[in-house]
Amino acid sequence: MTEPKIRIRNLYKIFGDHPDRVLPLVRDEAMGKDELLEKHNHVLGVNNVSLDIFPKQVQVVMGLSGSGKSTLIRHINRLIDPTGGELTVDGEDVLAMDETQLRALRRHKMSMVFQKFALLPHRTIAENVGYGLEVQGMADAEIASHTQHWIDRVGLSGYESHYPGQLSGGMQQRVGLARGLATDADILLMDEAFSALDPLIRYDMQSILLELQNELHKTIVFITHDLDEALRLGDDIAILRDGGMVQQGDAQQIVLKPADDYIRDFIKDINRAKVIRLRALAEPLPQGAAPPEGLPTLPAATVLDDAMLAMSGAPGQTVLVERQDGTLAGTATLTQAIEALHG
Amino acid sequence: MWEFLTEFPAIGRRDLAVMKKAIDEAFKGFSRTYGESLENFFNPLLKFLVWIEKLLLATPWPVILVVVGGLAWLGSRSWKITTGAVLAFVVIGVFDMWEDTMATLAIISVATLLCIVIGIPVGILMARSERMQQLITPVLDVMQTIPSFVYLIPVVMLLGIGKVPGLIAVLIYAIPPVVRLTNLGIRLVDSEVLEAADAFGASPRQKLFGVQLPLALPNIFAGVNQTIMMALSMVVIASMIGVKGLGVPVLRAISNQYLALGLMNGLAIVALAIIFDRVSQSYGKRLQAYRGQGND
Repeated sequence: MTEPKIRIRNLYKIFGDHPDRVLPLVRDEAMGKDELLEKHNHVLGVNNVSLDIFPKQVQVVMGLSGSGKSTLIRHINRLIDPTGGELTVDGEDVLAMDETQLRALRRHKMSMVFQKFALLPHRTIAENVGYGLEVQGMADAEIASHTQHWIDRVGLSGYESHYPGQLSGGMQQRVGLARGLATDADILLMDEAFSALDPLIRYDMQSILLELQNELHKTIVFITHDLDEALRLGDDIAILRDGGMVQQGDAQQIVLKPADDYIRDFIKDINRAKVIRLRALAEPLPQGAAPPEGLPTLPAATVLDDAMLAMSGAPGQTVLVERQDGTLAGTATLTQAIEALHG
Repeated sequence: MWEFLTEFPAIGRRDLAVMKKAIDEAFKGFSRTYGESLENFFNPLLKFLVWIEKLLLATPWPVILVVVGGLAWLGSRSWKITTGAVLAFVVIGVFDMWEDTMATLAIISVATLLCIVIGIPVGILMARSERMQQLITPVLDVMQTIPSFVYLIPVVMLLGIGKVPGLIAVLIYAIPPVVRLTNLGIRLVDSEVLEAADAFGASPRQKLFGVQLPLALPNIFAGVNQTIMMALSMVVIASMIGVKGLGVPVLRAISNQYLALGLMNGLAIVALAIIFDRVSQSYGKRLQAYRGQGND
């Protein structure tokens, strides 16, 4: 098992005048968000969240507004200090870092993309993309070549000397993304990065991100309130409500085994055929039995939407499901598929 | 009984007189002891001011006209403002106010320069600490509202009559806007942009010079503009304590009821004010040219 890149343990964040005083109430007496606000006038931002984020994965953190997801992500680079808990990055205790260590962490190990872009309005696109490098203290000529590379990668060639105010929202966020990638940090924190964009452009940006991730293999923490986005991007999805973790798992687990009504509510409108993969249906063959002859074989990662036509045409409406390593996961039938779609 | 209610129970006249005298004596003592060293301290300032004044007077007038036109063009990039500025100087020269105008120009430039050099750092200090803001704001309030004649008294007692006390009087009156607007400008910088700078590991210094000051610049510039205007409005009062320039003839006009003389010199001050204002305002606007173009 690989070591987690980012390790969050029992993290609490309480906003108010005396967070330390009310922390025991939340931690030991399980006081909820509403009660804490009413009785003690403190806001519970993050409530006992533990999360392991593995290298080269896209970890989505999802929740409605006010669920504490943006607060949580700001703990990772300590834009917000927690009230209690532990947080390590590459095994290093982030909470014990002093100003200098923290700046080094932010300069070299992680970068961030913001919901409202947060570009520097007085700097050109090229200067914005190079901002992180400039803060690192890199020489100008080197900055220029790095910057140009990332501007090209996000498709903004020709806009180098424009100002952010001259670009559309989608283009501004490409600048934000390029700025985040330019520092070559392992970890990319994306706080509702695409939420302010309209749906088509949002889809485009997701595609760009997936394409880049295929090649760069960064550890990405992606915050969103949009389930479709979460399912599309996330290798792993953590769902927050009222600052606490409700469920964590991959898209299959969330859709097939929602932990409670809150999540059931979340997933009721999604197109399950595009999320559920054959892997989830495969029933292993009896021990030692040979696979039935003449059945079509499909990869385990095929979504039902793509698999169902082949299934309905197959003998006995059954297909063989093959894992990525070539071994056989089992069989899946059309009836199973239809049942899965209806939850 | 009634007397108590109708007469405010004030300190007795004699006590008051003793107190005032004590304060006056103390200050006179202070001024006798430190007046000279203070004068020495301000001596470089005096030399600088005199040097600028001499420079302006020694320069042939056509050169000044060219420089005025050039500066106006650099600042505003507008032919209208540039022509207006040059024309105003020509008229001033024709009506024989050239020398006084140069003297005024010298003190205004030095005063503005000092206001910027002192005011911007103080404004930065205020923006970085709530305590500093609480401490400095009332001081600025006093500086802006106290009648200038009141602080002229101790200044003259300390430094006598001359250019430096005049300059100090102008400074006290004109520095608050640049301080206030530097503070305001830095505080108005978008917190999300600052958060981004933090997230990329910018040090406080990198944030100040790379993000806060550049984004506050239009506001700072509005402050500088105000400072220049206020410095100009002090020209007449400063001339009462020995500053040469357009204020002197105005003062003479007041005491002798010379309407035309007062009006002419007054209008020359107005002309200077308008030129400074238009040029610096359009320069300030160009500073924020990156805002509001194209899409939002």
